[in-house]
Amino acid sequence: MSDTVTEPAVPADRDDSAGIELIGVSKRFPGQDTPAVDDVTLSIPGGRIVVLLGPSGSGKTTTMRLINRLIEPTAGKITVAGRDALGLDPGELRRRIGYVIQDAGLFPHMTVATNIGLVPQMLKWDKKRIAARVDELLELVDLPPAAFRDRYPRELSGGQQQRVGVARALAADPPVMLMDEPFGALDPITRELLQDSLLRLQEELGKTIVFVTHDIDEALKIGDRIAILDKGSRVAQYGTPQEILLNPADEYVARFIGGGQAMRLLKFGRVGDVALRAVPEAGPGDDAAHVRERIANGDTSFAIVLDAGRRPLRWITLDDLAGASGPIGERGSGTAPPIRARDTLQQALESLIQIDHEWVPVVGPRGVYQGTVTLGTLQQALRDMRARAAGETVAHEAGEAR
Amino acid sequence: MTAPPAAAEQSREALHAPTGRSWRSLLQPLLIVVAGVGWMVYVNNSGLDSIAQRVLTPGYVTRKTWEHVELTAMSTLLVLVIALPLGVLLSRRWARPATPVVLAVANIGQSAPAIGVVVLLAVVWGIGFWTAVVALVAYGVLPALRNTMVGLQQVDPTLRDAGRGIGMSALTVLRRVELPLAAPVILAGVRTTLVLMVGTASIAAFINGGGLGELVTTGVTTQRTPVLLTGCFLIALLALLIDWLGGVAARLLAPKGL
Repeated sequence: MSDTVTEPAVPADRDDSAGIELIGVSKRFPGQDTPAVDDVTLSIPGGRIVVLLGPSGSGKTTTMRLINRLIEPTAGKITVAGRDALGLDPGELRRRIGYVIQDAGLFPHMTVATNIGLVPQMLKWDKKRIAARVDELLELVDLPPAAFRDRYPRELSGGQQQRVGVARALAADPPVMLMDEPFGALDPITRELLQDSLLRLQEELGKTIVFVTHDIDEALKIGDRIAILDKGSRVAQYGTPQEILLNPADEYVARFIGGGQAMRLLKFGRVGDVALRAVPEAGPGDDAAHVRERIANGDTSFAIVLDAGRRPLRWITLDDLAGASGPIGERGSGTAPPIRARDTLQQALESLIQIDHEWVPVVGPRGVYQGTVTLGTLQQALRDMRARAAGETVAHEAGEAR
Repeated sequence: MTAPPAAAEQSREALHAPTGRSWRSLLQPLLIVVAGVGWMVYVNNSGLDSIAQRVLTPGYVTRKTWEHVELTAMSTLLVLVIALPLGVLLSRRWARPATPVVLAVANIGQSAPAIGVVVLLAVVWGIGFWTAVVALVAYGVLPALRNTMVGLQQVDPTLRDAGRGIGMSALTVLRRVELPLAAPVILAGVRTTLVLMVGTASIAAFINGGGLGELVTTGVTTQRTPVLLTGCFLIALLALLIDWLGGVAARLLAPKGL
């Protein structure tokens, strides 16, 4: 399967030069009849999380370890962030690729700070810079530096250890991260927490992440794209969680993801992926007459007031503006707590049902306003997804019949 | 309510101050020295005849004790110089096939009776300090070698993998991950070697290699029981003292956090 995928809607802030390309890559271990990885071609777009999903023995971990050359491929070509991985010194290559493994793999005889500072130390950063970076990273993974920096891994819980593991991988700010079942050994609650933390981090950092798991729900939640792997790392399907849920490529994929599609769509579809409603916008300094005009031109009877950083402040209706002139200032009424773009449709649905606002603003990173959502928006989104999937299935079958 | 934090605090303290055993840790060596000096005073006042008196002067006994320490130190040093690098080499994946051969040789060294080896070597090389040291080294390599290998083998392979994965070279993984994590087991091997060497160094006396063994042989040949007993007693005390030192070294050198 050759997936030379062009991402249709890559936001401008994603760095596409940090992608990973596997071209015809194979690995045959000595003394084994069938190759562990058999002629795999996969294009991993920069700044996205790609999940390698498959049962044990499908070669997903082997495929990942080929990327940082912990396993040397027997055939094929690999580029990481535009550079030929097989032409670089393995040590140098690995220092540019964050690596997180199950159980964190922290060195028990080193403090948290030393563990995190290992890669910067290898890169010969000076001590002050390393110490500052360690504190910054501990903050980033929600561990107060003063309390954690000098502890030993044995004194931390499994979840805290894995947070340190992630911080260690991020230490030298590599463009690419490999994560090998990082949350596999954690209890379900901690796992959820860390998954959410990872998504929040990714929203800020925009790394290229290859994430190996055998847990379909984790894959649907974490992945921007999912590659479902069969024996020999054959790519059975490579697509967005939606595509895979709604339109499994073959019997194997369908069996692997199991049933419960509608609920899963709600659970794993993200608000940022649905078409949001546009509402007239205004700033506190805008003239009331102008705002009235904007509302009149739109199809709603109100506008949203945004601050200088485009964070939502208030709704303002025509009634609020009646008889007003000059800047609109503090007029209007507060919005419901915004829904975040990375929230799932299920979370959005819950907020919409619980609060008595029909319209709720959606915000992206740093609370920036992206659009507005209503119950109707979500309904429409689900209908669209199903319609699109049905259409694709028809097209697919027509293509096969031809 | 206060119990868990208190326990955690205690364990943290233990982690950060592994040697903090206060003055009580000095009690053992102090007792050993007192016992040694006390014995010498007692024996010198117990009506020795002239032969025994000539042997049991403080100067002579001190010299023999020092020789014994030298034998022990030199042979232990050589054992470590041989066994540690060899153990590291044999724990590398490419050297696995050589492991049984090397272990067999080391086994022969230990299972051959030391007293036989020392006499045979004396026939070949002549008598003296260095011949005794060679015999001791042949005898003492195995425990240090085996502990080095076992210590390195029991390092969690995922940690080796993690080290490689974050970009350490094989040598850096050995230096920063494998050796520190194997240190407790390796140091236990060193301690075993030390104690083994103190006891066995007594046989140096048979080939004029010096040491406290000479008090024993002199005691036997001249049929002076106080001399024989002094030799035995001082060797035992020295063994205890060196074992204590080994324990302190192991505590100081073992990495924290384990």
